[in-house]
Amino acid sequence: MKKSHILGIVVIAIAITVIVSTAGDASSYVTFKEAHEMAEKGKDAKIHVVGQLKKDEQGQVIGIYPSEDKLSFSFMLIDNNGQEQMVSYHEPMPNDFMRSEQVVVIGGYNQNHEFLADKILMKCPSKYQETEVK
Amino acid sequence: MIHTLIGDFGHLFVIISFVTALVATISYYKVTTQSNELLKKDWGKFARTFFYLHTVSVWAVVAILFTIIYNHYFEYYYAWEHSSRNLPVHYMISCFWEGQEGSFLLWIFWNTILGIILIRTNKKWEGPMMTIFALVQAFLVSMILGTVIPGLEVKIGSDPFILLRDGLEAPIFKMNPNFVPKDGTGLNPLLQNYWMVIHPPTLFLGFALTLVPFAYLIAGLWTNQYKEWIRPAFPWSLTAALILGIGIMMGAYWAYETLNFGGYWNWDPVENAVYIPWLVLVASIHTMIIFRKNNTALKSSIILTLSTFILVLYSTFLTRSGILGEASVHSFTDLGLSEQLLVYLVAFIVISMVLCIKVWKKLPTNKEEVSTYSREFWIFMGATTLCLMSFQVLIPTSIPVYNGIIELFGGISNAAPPADQIEFYSKFQLWFAISLALLSGTGQLFWWKKMDKEQLKAAIALPFVLTLLISSIVVLISGVHHVTYILLLVASIYTIIANLKVLFNVLKSNYKLSGGAITHIGMAMMLIGILFSAGYSNIISLNTTGLGYSNDFDDEVNLKNLLLFINEPNQMDKYEVTYKGQRLEVKGVPGYVPKGLFRLTDDPYKITAKEAIVIDGITYAQRGDTLSISPENTYYEVEFKEANGNVIYLYPRLQVNEQMGNIVSPAIKKDLFRDIYMHPTVVAPDVTSEKDWSDPEEKELKAGEQFFVNDYVANFEGVHRIHDVEGVDLGPNDVAVQATIKIQGENQNYTVRPVYLIKDKMVGRLSDEADDLAVKLSLLNVHPERDSFTLGIQTTQKDYIIVKAMEKPLINLLWLGTIILSIGFTMAIHRRYSEFKKMREKGMA
Repeated sequence: MKKSHILGIVVIAIAITVIVSTAGDASSYVTFKEAHEMAEKGKDAKIHVVGQLKKDEQGQVIGIYPSEDKLSFSFMLIDNNGQEQMVSYHEPMPNDFMRSEQVVVIGGYNQNHEFLADKILMKCPSKYQETEVK
Repeated sequence: MIHTLIGDFGHLFVIISFVTALVATISYYKVTTQSNELLKKDWGKFARTFFYLHTVSVWAVVAILFTIIYNHYFEYYYAWEHSSRNLPVHYMISCFWEGQEGSFLLWIFWNTILGIILIRTNKKWEGPMMTIFALVQAFLVSMILGTVIPGLEVKIGSDPFILLRDGLEAPIFKMNPNFVPKDGTGLNPLLQNYWMVIHPPTLFLGFALTLVPFAYLIAGLWTNQYKEWIRPAFPWSLTAALILGIGIMMGAYWAYETLNFGGYWNWDPVENAVYIPWLVLVASIHTMIIFRKNNTALKSSIILTLSTFILVLYSTFLTRSGILGEASVHSFTDLGLSEQLLVYLVAFIVISMVLCIKVWKKLPTNKEEVSTYSREFWIFMGATTLCLMSFQVLIPTSIPVYNGIIELFGGISNAAPPADQIEFYSKFQLWFAISLALLSGTGQLFWWKKMDKEQLKAAIALPFVLTLLISSIVVLISGVHHVTYILLLVASIYTIIANLKVLFNVLKSNYKLSGGAITHIGMAMMLIGILFSAGYSNIISLNTTGLGYSNDFDDEVNLKNLLLFINEPNQMDKYEVTYKGQRLEVKGVPGYVPKGLFRLTDDPYKITAKEAIVIDGITYAQRGDTLSISPENTYYEVEFKEANGNVIYLYPRLQVNEQMGNIVSPAIKKDLFRDIYMHPTVVAPDVTSEKDWSDPEEKELKAGEQFFVNDYVANFEGVHRIHDVEGVDLGPNDVAVQATIKIQGENQNYTVRPVYLIKDKMVGRLSDEADDLAVKLSLLNVHPERDSFTLGIQTTQKDYIIVKAMEKPLINLLWLGTIILSIGFTMAIHRRYSEFKKMREKGMA
């Protein structure tokens, strides 16, 4: 076998590894229900859940519980199916958290059926909606 | 009044530049296909004239758009959307490319300059190469054309010169079509940074430069000069790699200084979108080197040069079509250009493939097996590694595209990018980097000649021994223990040593040939810098209270942040850290000035001094003076005190950013061997909301009496009559008295002066605050009969910030390596361009 053939095979092997690993490590956007089912089945892969903060009738955000020393917090998130879930985050509450119109949490359920977020992405109201022509 | 004329001119010049680019394309095509020498010459003149006309009209478009921004013509959507009256001129330049239309215009602008240089430096290649060049230019201009094709109802491009009333649905325009807003919505404050003035032009120049080798290549395939295109294209590929590389690193440095994710690289799709084509571009340079040496690797050079340009288009598509959506933290809006971009992308892929298939059989192939003991073998392996590196980033970055394609065919796909991107990418890129370092060290040792086994052994012996020696010392000192990290470290040291050996040999003969060695030394330094600063980035803001608060988390995650109350020292690493309070950057005053020294006014950009501003004995403002600030920025002064008494101050920043929410920027303490990087994760009280004061506690006091406020000792010095009260016109029958209270803070005394006044027989009270102490005092009542006064005492949440700080060891090696790499590239460009010039003088290019 020629060296160039060996090289070609190695390259293809690495390329396949890359694709397989991408497919394996890719996360997915799911609802809390699906996330819970996945955790029940013993899959501990991190997933994305898109949702909104819980609000009262006046539109005020409710269900936010900072820890006593302010260094971590929990909050109520409603996913796109309308299911509520308490999410805990081990970082302090980001400054503009209450203002975000959409929150993406990346994380998963632990053994005690609590949802722990590793990372929070926030979508803030864009200026296109907010700004009025003055 | 609405200035419609200037916009009409702008739009006219866009159309002219589009038409002239098309005419130039056609006439350059004629130059290439015409066999009659005389006609060829005429067409040549004609084509050149039209390209110059095109250039002039593009510059006119740029000038007009800038005039609109500069003169604050807010009747134009672009000016209203991207600028405001408070911007200094250098940031107005940034407004220009904040929008998509402007950034396309920037790209087009660079292309016109490159086009002129190419026309002037070429003889033989001008016709076919400029055909391609002008064609691509026409495509780009069409992105800002903003014209609807009649009959088809297809809109082509997005016009930067549309009026606000046409670009925005607002009821006011129904009532008054000539309404002009008083101010624009402003430039995203995050982009108001010097790096953002130079980073986008550099990046777009890099993009523009990748067109040149592509144009030479297509011209070569078209005119049956399958090999000859490489010589003129080569210096341009090198230049593109240099500029694009610098552009990427500028972006990284900006992110390091301005954003708060804790580093310079986050594997965000936007970053990846430039990294992917850059790697392929560098790979193409390596195959070109092989070709120039021994005429092999022609096919790979062709494929890689094509791929580079197509990947640049693909990354443009990714970042501008809105397809990334939730996958990226950057916000992109779809201007409706995605279909158009997609059509161009597909068109260029098809054209490239068709041309390749047509000429593939005619391309010379080297049947001879490449020897392991040749330089070419190692370079080729390096190029292959670079391509795999690029491929590994391309596949996951495109995940949103797969979702899009599946949904196009009616399916449902919910794939998301890997949850931990940094870990995911690093685990592959690390190994690629190791192999890259080993290959570039060994490959360079071959230098010009072919070697056999024995010669190779002899050449490699010294670097090998030195590497082992130095590596063991470095590993011992630095304490690197992770096996893959040790491998990367050893491989990088090996590259440096091997290339130093080459460098010494070359310097003896001809220093002009040393570009390659210097570039690889720079690369290895960057790798070591990345290894330490990212791999051994160490959180030092450990919570020393030892209290974990929530049992849900393991100890490690509980301890990452530190809560700092104002003026209360905390231990962090070897420093005693104290938060000193909020600061403002005031125009005309050096440094950062305590916020408590000023009173806010109705104009957010103006403040008045509560007392004279004196710094180091120089008075910068008198009491009552009005000064200018940037209201979106608040700085937080944090003192770092070493045991030996050395003190430095860091000023992380909070920016209230309407487009993106509140943005925290870190403060970095730069040392030779490490940076300390600190940013607040939480600041309080929230600068955007009103303070929450307690109900007033009343206290009756006599002059000279001591009392406690918020646990601080205070002294009620007395009350005297005043005749000037800020913001109040006192009449002859009005009375105003001011109390003076001194409060002893932790480090300094604060004077609070509440006012009690009777104006037009009405009682008024002006309270006063000691910001740092979270105390507000008001003079509630005067009791002349008892010679005493009633004070109202209010308190609030004491100011605090929560910070996260980490050290980044050896990060300076990354920046230094970047500079050395750039020097190496520049030397290589110079050398290859001289080669091209020599050939041209011989009439061969």
